[in-house]
Formats: sequence, C-alpha cells, structure tokens
Amino acid sequence: MESRISEKFSELKKDGRKALIAYLTCGYPDMEATYSLVLEAEKAGVDIIELGIPYSDPLADGPIIQAASEKALEKGTNIDMIFDMAGKLREKTQLPLVIMTYYNAVFRYGAEKFLEGCKSSGIDGLIVPDLPYEEKGAISEIAKNNGTDLIPLVAPTSEDRISKLVSDASGFVYCVSSKGVTGKRSGFSEGLADFMESVRKHTELPLAIGFGISNADAARSVKDMCDGVIVGSAIIERIGQGAAKGDVAGEVRPFLKTLRDAL
Amino acid sequence: MEIQNTKSKFGQFGGQFVPETLMNALIELEREFEKAIADESFMEEYRYYLKEYVGRPNPLYFAENLTRKLGGGKIYLKREDLNHTGAHKINNVLGQVLLARRMGKKRIIAETGAGQHGVATATVCAMFDLECEVFMGVEDVERQSLNVFKMKMLGARVNPVTSGTGTLKDATNEAIRDWVANVDDTFYVIGSVVGPHPYPTIVRDFQRVIGDEVKEQILAKEGRLPDYLVACVGGGSNAMGLFYPFADDKDVKMFGVEAAGLGVDTDKHAATIAKGSIGVIHGMMTYVLQDDYGQIMPVHSISAGLDYPGIGPQHAYYHSTGRVSYVPATDTEAIEGFELLTKSEGIIPALESSHAIAYLMKLAPKTSKDDIIVVCLSGRGDKDMNTIMKYVGGESYGK
Repeated sequence: MESRISEKFSELKKDGRKALIAYLTCGYPDMEATYSLVLEAEKAGVDIIELGIPYSDPLADGPIIQAASEKALEKGTNIDMIFDMAGKLREKTQLPLVIMTYYNAVFRYGAEKFLEGCKSSGIDGLIVPDLPYEEKGAISEIAKNNGTDLIPLVAPTSEDRISKLVSDASGFVYCVSSKGVTGKRSGFSEGLADFMESVRKHTELPLAIGFGISNADAARSVKDMCDGVIVGSAIIERIGQGAAKGDVAGEVRPFLKTLRDAL
Repeated sequence: MEIQNTKSKFGQFGGQFVPETLMNALIELEREFEKAIADESFMEEYRYYLKEYVGRPNPLYFAENLTRKLGGGKIYLKREDLNHTGAHKINNVLGQVLLARRMGKKRIIAETGAGQHGVATATVCAMFDLECEVFMGVEDVERQSLNVFKMKMLGARVNPVTSGTGTLKDATNEAIRDWVANVDDTFYVIGSVVGPHPYPTIVRDFQRVIGDEVKEQILAKEGRLPDYLVACVGGGSNAMGLFYPFADDKDVKMFGVEAAGLGVDTDKHAATIAKGSIGVIHGMMTYVLQDDYGQIMPVHSISAGLDYPGIGPQHAYYHSTGRVSYVPATDTEAIEGFELLTKSEGIIPALESSHAIAYLMKLAPKTSKDDIIVVCLSGRGDKDMNTIMKYVGGESYGK
C-alpha cells in the first residue's frame, strides 16, 4: 500500500505542483495551538506537516527553533502528548504527518514503543537529523515493518555518500540546502542546483529542500530543483509574533498562503 | 542489513550521532588522524612540543606528608598541574592543533567549561598563529572570568553561550553547530574523550602520555606497577589518559571520581554513572543524565570542569565491563580534598582534581602500607580562587 506521503507526492505531480511542507515545534506556544495550526495549515494549502518534538539539545537547529523548543519544554510538552495530539488530528484530517525528533528521544522512549506510537497515532514518517546512515540500523527495520517512512537527510557535503543514503529510503528525501543549522539564509549557493541534480541521479523518490527557506521568494528560487520545500524557522518566528499579539493563526495563515502561491 | 561499523564503538558506546553534514568530515578526520599517528615525523613533532613547550615529562611526586596523614599506601601525584597553562588539557590540544595544521585548516574552534581547554587552545593557536574561537556557557564565563581574560589576551574570540543551561553542554552544542556551518575550513578541537567517533579515540591517544609516563616513572621508583589509580571524571580525559595504558594490567584497580555536587540524592550533581542512564549526547552513545523522555538534565558541580551530563564512551564501556569503578565525591568533600592537599603538600589543586583527592581520603586509609596509589593531579587551582573565596565566605554555587 502506498503511504500517505507517497500518495500526496503523486497527486501533486499530476497537478504539476510542488509540495509545501511546514515544520511546527509541538507545544509552541502550547499544544492546543499546535493542534489548531495543523488544521489551519491544511486550509492554507500546506501538503505535509512536520511535527517537531521539542528537545533540550537540538544540534541541527538554529536559534529560532531552539528557543521555541525551550519554551515548549517549559510548558511540559512530551512525546506522549504529541502522539495523543496526532491521534486526535487523524480523526479530522488525512494530511501526511511526519515527526522530526532527535535520536535520544526515540532511544530513551524505546524504539519499538516509539514506532508503535507513530503507527497507532497515524504518523506517516520520521526524520531524525542526528541519526546518519551508519547508526540508523537501530530503527530502520522497525520503521519498515510498521510502515513508517524513515526519511533520510542528504547534505551538500554528502558527495560519495548520496547513493548509499537514498538507497533504501522511502517517503521523500530531505535535501539540506546548505551547510549549517536550520534558520534563515541570505541566499543559496549556485552549487545547490548541482547538488540537487546529483541527488536526483540516485533516486526516483521525491526531493524536498529544507534549511533556510524563509519566504516566498526563496521558495520560488528553489522550486524548479525539487518536488517540495520545507519551511520551519520562518513559520516559528511568525507563531512567536502571533502569540505575542494573541492571534497565532492570523499571523501564520497569510504567510503560508504566500508560500503556497509561490509553489 | 549492512553490518554496523564497529570501529567507531566501545561495546555499544560511542558512535556518530551527528547531522549528515558532518559525516564526511568525521570520516576524513579519522583517516588523517590514523595517518598522522602512524607517521613518525608527526609524532616526533608532537613529542618535541610536549617536552619543550608543555614541559613534559612532569614529575610523579611522592606525597610523603599526605601518605603519613592518610595512613595507608604510598601516594604519588602525577603533576599535570605543572604543565604549561596549568592542566592536562594542553597535551590533547597540542596533538589536535598539529593535526589541524597538517590537514591545512586555518580556523580552530573549541568548547570550554572551566576554561582550561579554552586557554590551552588559545595558547597553542597563538603559538601557531591560527584563528581561534571558543564557545563557553554564560554561567562559566562568569565563574571563570580569569580564564576568559587569558583567552582574550591570547587572541581568541570568546563566544558566551546563553542557550539551555549556559554551561559546558550548551557550549559543546554551539561548537558543533558552528562546525556544521563551517566544516570546510574549520577544525573543531574537542576538549575531552567525548563527541562523535573518532574524537574519543583521538583525545585518548593524545592524553595517554599521562599513563605512559606514570608507568615508566613508577617502575623506576618502585620497580612495580601501582595497586590503585585515581582520577576525576567529567568527560574524562585526564582519567582516560591515566587509565588507558594500564587497562590490560589486571591487578591495577582504577577509580574514576565523579562530581556529586550537593549529593547524588539531590537534583544538583553531575554524577553521570551513579545516576545516569544510557542515551545519546554530543554525537555519542554513553551514560547521560536525562529524564524519561530523553531530555538532558541540568547538572551541578562546584567545579566547572566536571559540570557535564555525559561521560566519554570508553568510560561508559569500562563501567559496563567493571574494569573501572566510578565513585562520587560531593562539593564539600572536594573542598576538604582541596584543603588537605594545599596544607599538607603546599600544592593547590584545581577543584576538578580535588574530587580525586576527596576519594583518595576514603581509599588510602583502607589500603596497606605496601600499596601504591597514583592520583592524577589534573590541574592547578589558580583558576578556582574566586570560587574558593566565595565558598570559604559561606557562599556556594547552586544552593
């Protein structure tokens, strides 16, 4: 059976559109807001949601997501609450949901139990930015057996590793736009197109570009190189502004629309 | 399923839990390190600077007064405190910076807790005229202001890290993030036997000079190996440097002393082995202080150098096999150790090393007069004078 993620990409391909993938830090500013934001995002035309589990030591994240994670943790956000929320969302939407988490959260929770939680709450995919190919054996079999797509990250520095990284992947391939952590970039290097081409040579899977896509112009500038774009920090920033004004959806909705229109 | 790369692990510990962006850099580092330590001209250069610049070999001092006071085996102190810049840290920094030069890297970054690793890195970078940037938690910047000043004098840029708990763990995260962004021209000099493979191996191999010298020195002085080795453990580089060359000498009992802060039954300690569980931090699988959801917990020690929620993966392995016993010492016990050594031998130890002395105070009286105990005196206490003054004045961190 095709996963919700694959189905979504096939659908988009038929329509000649690119996927808009939105990252949300769960529990920022609180769990209720995250729940509503997922449904808002779907209405605004988002195709896939990345649900970030807030983590105390987010190695791959920049200051914006890091700060949002700290606030979410102060609120007591945890994995059980996130699975619970995902389960409730599944009663309302068929939007593909992908969890983004650091490996220690999965390991400590118990890989079997974690992936069982993904399955029973309707999570479709898993992104673990600090679990490179060499270490992923600990969860890849379990993920495969319960039908959760383990989405690999490929970086511009991956070079001769690319073929290996995408070899047994499913869902889509997360292509990191440039070196560094998540967050804004002033622009993308000319090497990005070459990098995307070299990834394309090795896989038929959809390719999504993430890290540093902060507005519609940036999304537009990379859309021809890929099948989807991932936007995180820029959305989190607007959630923060919205929370300060007491209207998160009002702040985020128009921004998502501009991204949608660009793709 | 492909067979896992076991070279990167000590048993189940270690590994490479890092963003993909760093993987090729780690692979390159491993390759270049292996070539370097097999290259006699590189090792000759390393040994030259250890001797002429660091001041090695440093003495293995028979602490006669301390031996008499504690009333057990003969106590020897390995005087890492006499090294240039005042701690064992420079052994490793020298090795890594020579490796960075060999690899053509122009920019050096480092994390630091107490500041000894930062000062050592800034020092060696000054000598070799390399750009140097040091990440340090804001809390440590405050309690180790003298070392911050030294780093700046030496031409390094010190970046205070405000995220998380503002201590060593967060400084390490920040250094890794910087490395992810600048991996092409930057060499990350890690300060302890921690981090993703190959760092725990690299740092161990540059610190093993401590144990290698002890072996030679004790054989010359006593004609036999010691019965006990004692060293403090944060990340654990001085301890690993002392222990590793003795790992196969089964009769040598080894003790790693962790920071128990206000006590292992409180929530203010850094006793990773005593109170931690297996998890992942800073790219390695090891013992770590964490909650049920894998969130890393805040740690406390009077000593900024031991204030770390993880421990080197090889130590985790030694713990799991029982080769080394890991024991806790509280802030108060460390201060007692500090005072004892200062008054009995006229040697003012770092607060890190004072933890080793604290355990020695318990161990030595139980040993026989024929026993030989070697304690690694990892650093000198100059940097801790502010903390000691406040403590003596009735103030204590974390209370």
